[in-house]
Amino acid sequence: MAHPSTDQVWQWLGEVPDPEIPVISLTDLGIIRDVAWRDDTLVVTVTPTYSGCPATSVINMDIESALRGHGIERLELKRQLSPAWTTEWMSAEGRQKLETYGIAPPQPAGGPERCPRCGGSDLERLSQFGSTPCKAQWRCRGCLEPFEYFKCI
Amino acid sequence: MAERSRDTDQDALLQFLLRMGDSTLILGHRVSEWCGHAPVLEEDIALANTALDLIGQTQLWLEYAAEVQGEGKSADDLAFLRDVWDFRNLLLVELPNGDFGRTMMRQFLFDARASILLPRLMQSADTQVAEIAEKAAKEAAYHLERSAGTVVGLGDGTAESHDRMQAALDYLYPYVGEMFVSDATDAALTAAGVAPDPASLRGEYDALIERVLTEATLELPENRFARTGGRDGRMHTEHLGHLLCSMQWLQRAYPGNRW
Repeated sequence: MAHPSTDQVWQWLGEVPDPEIPVISLTDLGIIRDVAWRDDTLVVTVTPTYSGCPATSVINMDIESALRGHGIERLELKRQLSPAWTTEWMSAEGRQKLETYGIAPPQPAGGPERCPRCGGSDLERLSQFGSTPCKAQWRCRGCLEPFEYFKCI
Repeated sequence: MAERSRDTDQDALLQFLLRMGDSTLILGHRVSEWCGHAPVLEEDIALANTALDLIGQTQLWLEYAAEVQGEGKSADDLAFLRDVWDFRNLLLVELPNGDFGRTMMRQFLFDARASILLPRLMQSADTQVAEIAEKAAKEAAYHLERSAGTVVGLGDGTAESHDRMQAALDYLYPYVGEMFVSDATDAALTAAGVAPDPASLRGEYDALIERVLTEATLELPENRFARTGGRDGRMHTEHLGHLLCSMQWLQRAYPGNRW
């Protein structure tokens, strides 16, 4: 039986949402590093965002159940630590979806570019950390709303 | 002879991995004790996130330690089923939290070393060590930004916060020296290109903490006496046993229980 192509698998993985930030997919997040066939086994290489992120095991379960749902029988999930995940691997589409959702996307400057609600640029940091390991807390001095910022690493 | 020297290297590697993993485990547990108790919500979240990163790093170090040990154990087995004398963490990390200031000073003194050690370990001849270090280095750099910033904010803050931070530094400084004491295990690792000689990191460390402490208007104690015994397991403080009682309780009471 012919294998589904790796392009097809990438597309399926592009439909698996991040368990914590469901507006973006695992491929938007840039944590799927490789998809390959080794004989009859599909090998999917995943890199963790943060070493202790509790979503990691849920992500592996979600990948597995999604691919099994598409008829993949032999599957191996490989963890890859190096090169370490960087927010530079986030897709442009993923960044856009984050902002629309109300989370400011990561910026190399180390802070958000603008308030995801009103677009204001007079911003202050409330905390370097937030509700998940990948986010920090900021506030817009324009609209006075607090918002989450996706940390740039 | 070749066989024996390889065994010696494997044993040194195991000791090294336990030293790394036990330090992040015990500090991670200590920091997690703040969950629900920190002075403000943002700090509570920051402390819990820091603890999470440290415990995540522990998973990587101890998983590799268990593999090198070759007894079929898991990282969880090493964390929850060893007793005080088997732990190889720095004494610094097992000390009780004290007030928020002391917790942040301890974090800063630890983060400063991690921010220097981990990038060096990225050059390790052992690729698995290098990869874990690469992952952990990013988190450590972020932790240092926060802990150093908090030390400056509280040190150069009110008279009360300044005095508390100075007292924290005076209390913790005797535990700093242990991070830079080299022993036979370190010598074997340095010779094998696995890890740098701890003593070689001190200059850079001193420069880093001096820069931050000066900005924090705090004075580094002159006495460099170093309490040791954690990294080599010779003698932990009385605090570690109490910590393990709490941390290991569930696995001791209900062996093998899983989520």
